[in-house]
Formats: sequence, structure tokens, C-alpha cells
Amino acid sequence: MDIEKRIQELRDRLKYILDIFGPDENTNVIMLEAKLGEYVAREPGLPKQEAVRQLETLEELFRFLEKKLERELTPMNKVRIVRHPQRICLKDILENVYDNYTEIGGQDDYSIDPSMLIARAYITRKRGNKVHNQAVMVIGQEKGHGQEFRNGGSVKPWGNAKALHYMKVAETENIPIHTYIFTPGSYPIEDYPGAAQQIAKNLYEMAGLKVPIVAVISEGGSGGAEAIGLADTRIMMSHGYYSVISPEGAAAIEGRLRGGQRAEPKLIEHCAKQLKMTADDNRAMGFVDWKIGEPELGARPEHYDFFRKLRKSVISSTDEIVLNVRGMRLFRSFALRRHKGADVYVRWSLDSRAKERLLWTRYMKFRRMAQDAYLDKRHWFSRGSEWTSEFISSLYSYFRYDLFGKQHKKVTELAEDMHAEMQVVVGRSTRYWKNVMSKLSFGKAKKDVDKAGLTSLSAWDDGAQNSGKWQYVSSQAKLDRAVVCPNTSVHGCLDQWAPDLFGEWAGVCSFCGHHFPMEYQWYLHNIFDPGSIYEVFSEIESTNPLKFEGFDLKLDEAKRKTGHKCGCMTFEARIEGTSVMVAMFMGAFRGGSVGAAEGEKFMRAMERARKKQLPFLSYVHGTAGIRIQEGVNGVIQMPRCTMAVRRYTEAGGLYLVLYDTNSYAGPVASFLGCSPYQFAVRSANIGFAGPGVIKETTGMDIPPNYHNAYQALSRGHIQGIWDRREIRGNLVQSLQTMGGRNLYYR
Amino acid sequence: MIDVKELLRELREEPYEKISIRAPHSGKVEFVAKEPGVRVVGPSGTWKEVPGTLLVRMERENVKKPLYAPQKGEVMSLGEVGNGQFVQAGQELMTIRHYLTREEVIARILRRSLSLFLAPEKGKYYFFPDVDIKVKTKGSQSVHIEDGMELFILSRMKRETSIRYSGPAGIIYAVYFETNDSVDRDSPLIGVCPEDQLGQIQEVVSRVQSDWEERD
Repeated sequence: MDIEKRIQELRDRLKYILDIFGPDENTNVIMLEAKLGEYVAREPGLPKQEAVRQLETLEELFRFLEKKLERELTPMNKVRIVRHPQRICLKDILENVYDNYTEIGGQDDYSIDPSMLIARAYITRKRGNKVHNQAVMVIGQEKGHGQEFRNGGSVKPWGNAKALHYMKVAETENIPIHTYIFTPGSYPIEDYPGAAQQIAKNLYEMAGLKVPIVAVISEGGSGGAEAIGLADTRIMMSHGYYSVISPEGAAAIEGRLRGGQRAEPKLIEHCAKQLKMTADDNRAMGFVDWKIGEPELGARPEHYDFFRKLRKSVISSTDEIVLNVRGMRLFRSFALRRHKGADVYVRWSLDSRAKERLLWTRYMKFRRMAQDAYLDKRHWFSRGSEWTSEFISSLYSYFRYDLFGKQHKKVTELAEDMHAEMQVVVGRSTRYWKNVMSKLSFGKAKKDVDKAGLTSLSAWDDGAQNSGKWQYVSSQAKLDRAVVCPNTSVHGCLDQWAPDLFGEWAGVCSFCGHHFPMEYQWYLHNIFDPGSIYEVFSEIESTNPLKFEGFDLKLDEAKRKTGHKCGCMTFEARIEGTSVMVAMFMGAFRGGSVGAAEGEKFMRAMERARKKQLPFLSYVHGTAGIRIQEGVNGVIQMPRCTMAVRRYTEAGGLYLVLYDTNSYAGPVASFLGCSPYQFAVRSANIGFAGPGVIKETTGMDIPPNYHNAYQALSRGHIQGIWDRREIRGNLVQSLQTMGGRNLYYR
Repeated sequence: MIDVKELLRELREEPYEKISIRAPHSGKVEFVAKEPGVRVVGPSGTWKEVPGTLLVRMERENVKKPLYAPQKGEVMSLGEVGNGQFVQAGQELMTIRHYLTREEVIARILRRSLSLFLAPEKGKYYFFPDVDIKVKTKGSQSVHIEDGMELFILSRMKRETSIRYSGPAGIIYAVYFETNDSVDRDSPLIGVCPEDQLGQIQEVVSRVQSDWEERD
């Protein structure tokens, strides 16, 4: 009986190994399989003692070869480990790492989203005779050992909203948050609150959450991971992965596959290697603070030693964060630095000054990430002069708008009040005199009124529509051909001649209002005051930080074609005399994808706008998402840029976003989607994942207009839709009416 | 009165629908479906978002515009237009033969022989209580209705209105709405047939159900 049990255990271990190594031919695995087979066949004929002896040898062989296989693990093997149903999941961690917990808002599939698990847990620490129960909020994706209703840890938008809700509860209660990331990615649907928009909200709120956050990453898939991953300390399990996209997704993009075609296993394996997604890679690049070692071939629920290790790590990480921002810490932080998991006691609540320091430390931590992933070839002298000019301009704006401006405002307000008071007194007598005078001037004709102006119809396209005269005319207008509107079958639009359509009509169908895509130059010349564009940070250049095969060539091609060094152009410009800082994402440069260079430029532009008290406009001429070839260097731009946005808006700025053509994925799910003022040019598409990906992951059929701007508007994702010809006027209106207190022109 | 049997005979003789494909505008024609007998399919997908087979490209002012098959079937004959020739709008380019399915045949027969009563506005519809009892106990075909009879209750936005039937007298052959489901304006509620034709219609329908041969 005992032997039977032990054989069964070996069978399970072999099955697990087979699952992990999957289709790869591995001699060690084949040997294990053969040896176990042989033993099972021989065992009934053996005397008991001999059977036990041979079984022990076999078990020893298993242990030995598992150790050997551990050293041979490829990134793809690790992907299979974290996806395995036997992989530890959040419930196991709650049971084994924390001393007690209560799950909040969910009992198996009775939950708003069973893939997101929230629990109030506590950790008991004994100091002398005193017992401390330290409460934490535990938030994470739950895969539930293959429970189907948990969607494998793919969280729906409302699951992320629930997570955010309880993060705020933790903030109110002043207790730390531990997040556990077990997700292959977010569940890509647009229903309110919307996958992208909710992740953006989470990031925005986490950037300013005034409690310590520790994140533990097992499977960190792109946006889904970021939704709860913006943390003060990020720990990664040694067999986990953290990546911008799943290897399969990357292979589908690299292999240019469409419509549910499967990528070759070899290509997937290759992509997994290239994406540099393992714990060691991420540790080396500085995206995680440290790695926690797992037992051979990955942690499973029976590995109690691992849970003990994990417990020590999360406790000491939380201690460290708190000590770093608190006054009294000398010996304890020293002890912690010397020895991870040192036995010290730290109270986890923060006072208001420590909270401020915490936010600043968090911002600087992310600010310093991915600094090697872009090129800045400038001479040190020009860098220095840029720094000096920024310093001078921030000094200027301090004196002009803060010091002098505030006094000036006080005087003006006083003058306004005086004037209003005077009006009450003077107004009455003036009215009296006016009355008398008008009675005296009887018979005199009243002032001429513009009767024609009041009674005739006004020309609707005067002024606002520029009367069809544009500063820049698209090259599409040079072709002598007719253009068919895609809405012809619905609205019966007639064909339009290209020179008319792309010239005078600014690419807008004159029958149904469909907006044909226009080049970004059209916007540069027709929205901003002529000659007012002054480009900044143009030297920052995209590069290939992961040495992704063949990407250098593609990048050079994009640079040559567009004449830009990366996909984001940052500039200062004026609209009717008001200066604006603009970051423009160009669809022509690698699909407008965002990598380290784009993110860095965006952040610098945000900082510049904050210093100079300028309003900020993100004009998205198209973005396909995060640049997958840059791996986590790209995905880390989501939290980084969102933090910059938060710092800017909290300083009292105005952050406007204008979507055009197609905007998808990461950028929308972070620094674009977090703006309270998002507008779309008509006929734009906005969303999280494209229709193909949604169909592939959820099995749902997607209607053709699913991502249309009007749909986004009715779902509450954007705040309005603008006609292309009226963008300038609408921007003027927005600059005057929206935004915070610290705009230079207010 | 319609001779249902005659109608069925007609359908048997010509078990398909001819769809004439005409030029929607002037232009130079480039045939993609070049000869008779080519199989074509109509638009598909949940929202009919995938267009059918490409039949013809028409070039006008340097733009080639596609013309897709509206229904499943086969190209029956090509018009008298040669490949690359310029045509005026409305000229016949080809004819498609669409073989009728069992449902389509029954729908045609019923459309010709029944008079439909359409929903006057959007809302939930119920039969009047006494009619409702009859329909539930003996089936709808036991209910005789006449012009001006109070037949339905329309319930919408917390108000109820009675609706009078208008149309030829007869019995309710078919009920097209479900209780508690919202019915759109102008969609049929009931189909009414004269009492003496009931047997005949039922017989034809059951015959179509059993012997109509569907062709691809």
C-alpha cells in the first residue's frame, strides 16, 4: 500500500515534469519516464524489501534529475510552470503566509469577478511578551488551480475597480497593501468601466496611494499586471515571468498571423527568450527589486518552506518601505539592509509627513527605471544648457506666477470687489439719470439695430470651419481620383473627388461626416498658430534595448521614413496666443507604439509643463500600444508616465487628451486613459484590445463598430467627440474653461 | 381567395429566386465571377459584417468599387456586357439563382395567403383576457376574429392600451410574438387566414415540410 502511494507520487511528479517540458525532447525526461515504467512493470514480482530499496533509488534519481532539469529551464518552461494548475495561487498564500484572513466580496464564483481576490489579512508578530497583529489588505488575481470560472486570472474591468476600491479602503485605514500578481493579462472587454480605462484609473490612484505597497509577481502579463503592480517594492518569484505580452501574442505579431492562426512552437519559444521576461532578466534591468527563490521546478502548494520564505520577504519589504520614510529608524533599517528578513518590529502606519516622503520615493523609483533603454547622444554641454534653461524658466515661472502672480491676483481681486461695491452705489443713480435723459430726448430715434443680422440665417461654416481654407493641404489631395466613403451602404454617400475631399473639406465626408485619416502634419499646421511650434527633447532616440532580433533594421526604416527619432514628438506651441505643451504620438512610426524613448519624452514634457505652468495636450495620431520588442522597458512606461501625469495634474495643470484614428492597449490603459478630459476626433477607434484579440481570448463575437468613438462615448470612456475642422476652436474653449488652478494664463 | 395549390405548383416549377445584379452606377466593368454556374455566397457573420462573394469590380474615376453577392446561390447568366466595357447605371450585369430553402417557401406561401397584423407601436403585447384563455386552452387556431374586435393589450411604460384588430375576418393562423417580450413597431403580431382555407394551408405547409428538397 505504501509502495503504491509512493509510485503514484512519482507518477504525479513525472506528469508535472512532462507538462513543463511539453513538446521539447529532453533526454532526462525520457530517462525518468523509462525508469519509472520499468519499475512499475517489475515491482509485482519483487520481494518487498527489494521493491522498497529499488523505489528509494528511483526516488533519488527523481530528486537528482529534477535538480538537473531545474538548471535547464528555458523561459518558455517557466511560462508553463506559472500557468500550471498545480502552481501556488493566492488562496494558498493567504492560508500559509498570513496568520488569519477574511475574503472580502466573494465566495468562489459568487463574486463580482472571481478572478480578483481581496482579503483583509493579518500577520502576528511577537515581541517579548507582546503580540502585535499587523493588518494588511491583500489584493491579487486568483487562478484557483484551474477553476474555470476564474478565467485563469484574467480580471474583468469591474474586478480591477473592486481592487481599486479596497486599495482606497486600505488608505483610509492606513494599513499596507500586499498585491499578488497572477495574471496572463486583463480580460479585454470594453463594457463600463472598460478594461483600458479602469487600468488607467488604478494606475493613477496607485501613484498617489499613501500607504506602503508591496507587489509579488508570479505571472505578470502586461496591463493586467500593471493594474495592481505599481508598488514601492516589487518582488518577483524566481520561476515567474513579467512581460509586455504573452510569448504566443508576441509570436503572432512577429509572424504576422491573423484570424486565429497558430504560431509555430519554435517561434513562440524564440519570442519567449527574446522578450527577456524571467526574474533574473527583470532583476538585472531593475524592474523588480529582488527575486525570491523557489524550490526546484517551481513552487507548488506543498512547499511550505517557500511560503515561510515568502512571508519573511513581504514582512521585511513592508518594514523597509516604512522605515525608509519614517523618522526613527537608525538601527532597524541598518539591520534590515544587512540581512533580508531580519527580526525587527516596525509599526506599519504612517504619519502625514512620512506619507509625502513615501509618494516622492515611489515617484523617483519609477522615474529612474528604463534609463538605459533609449539613446540621448547629446554632448554634455547641451544637456547642461537644457538643464540650465529649464531651471531658469522654472525660476521665472515661480517669480512671475507664484510670487508676483499671487500678489497681483490679490490686488486684482481687491480691485474687483471695490468696483462691484461702487457699482451698487453708482449704478442706481446712473440708472435714474439715464431714465430721465431718455424721457427728455423724446422723439429721438433709437439706435440702429442690425435687423438683417438678426432675422436672416447665419452661415454655419463661417470662421469655425475656416471656410475651407487650410494652412496645410494633404498630399492625398493631389490625386485625381474619386474616393468612396465606407458608410456608402448605410448613408448612401456619393463618391467624392479627392482634391475636394482632402483639400477644402479637410478629409470629412460631406454626406455622412465620416473622417478619413489625415497626416499629422495637417494638425500641426491647422490647429496651432502658424510658426509657433518649438520642438523640445528631439534628440531622444528609440533603440533596441533587448537586442530583439531584426528590430534594429525595422527601427532604422521607421526613422528614415518619418524623419523622427522616435514615435513621440514633444513641442511647445501656441493656440490663439496661449502656449501649450504638446506630446504627439505618431501612427507612422512603428504604429505609434510606445517604448522607453517615447515614455521618457512624455515624462520630460510633463515635467517641463509643470515647471512652466503650461497646459498639456496629448494628441494621439494613432497608437497600437506598447512596443513589444522593448519588453518590460515598454510596459514600465505605463506606471511611469501615469505618475508624471498625476504629479502634473495635482500641481494644478490641465491635461487634455485627443484621440485620432486608432488608439489601443497600454497607452490608453495608462497615461492617456487617466485624463479627466479625453476627446476623440470623429471616426476614431479607441479600445484596449483589437477585435481579433478579443475574439481569440474571450470567444465573443465582436460587432464591427465595437471600438468606434461613439461607442466609447456612450460607455463613458471619453468625454466628447470633435469634428476635425473644429478642433482649434474646441481647444481654445477647453483651455479657457477646463483644468486646475496653476495655469500661467489664468 | 388565393389558390395555395397553384402557388405551390409554381414554386415547384421554379424552385429558386432570380436576383438581377445591376450596375449601381456607370463605370468600367471587370467581372470576377466570369462564367455561369459559379457558386456564390451572401453576407455572413453575426452582424452580416462579412461581405459575400465578390462578383464584379466597377471602375469609375480611378476607383475600383466592389459589388458583392447579396444571397447564396449560383451565377445563372451573365448580361450582355463584356469584360472591360463601360456601362450605364442600371444595366443588368448578371443574374443569380438563389435556391429557396424550406423556410423561405413556407414564408412565401404564408405571406401570400395570410393577412398579417402589425404592431402599431413598440411595447409588450398581450391578448385580451377572453381571447387569451381560448388561445391557451384550445390553441390560437380556434379563435375567430373580426374587424374592430378588441384583441390586444399594449403595455408600455406603466400604461396599458387596448388595440382593436383591423383587417379581414378569419382565424389566427400563427402568433408571432411572445408574452413579456418587447415587440418592435411594424413587426407582425399575428397572421390571419380565412376559416375555410385553414385546412388547405396546413396541408400545403406540412407537405413542404416533408418533401421540399433543398439544394445548395
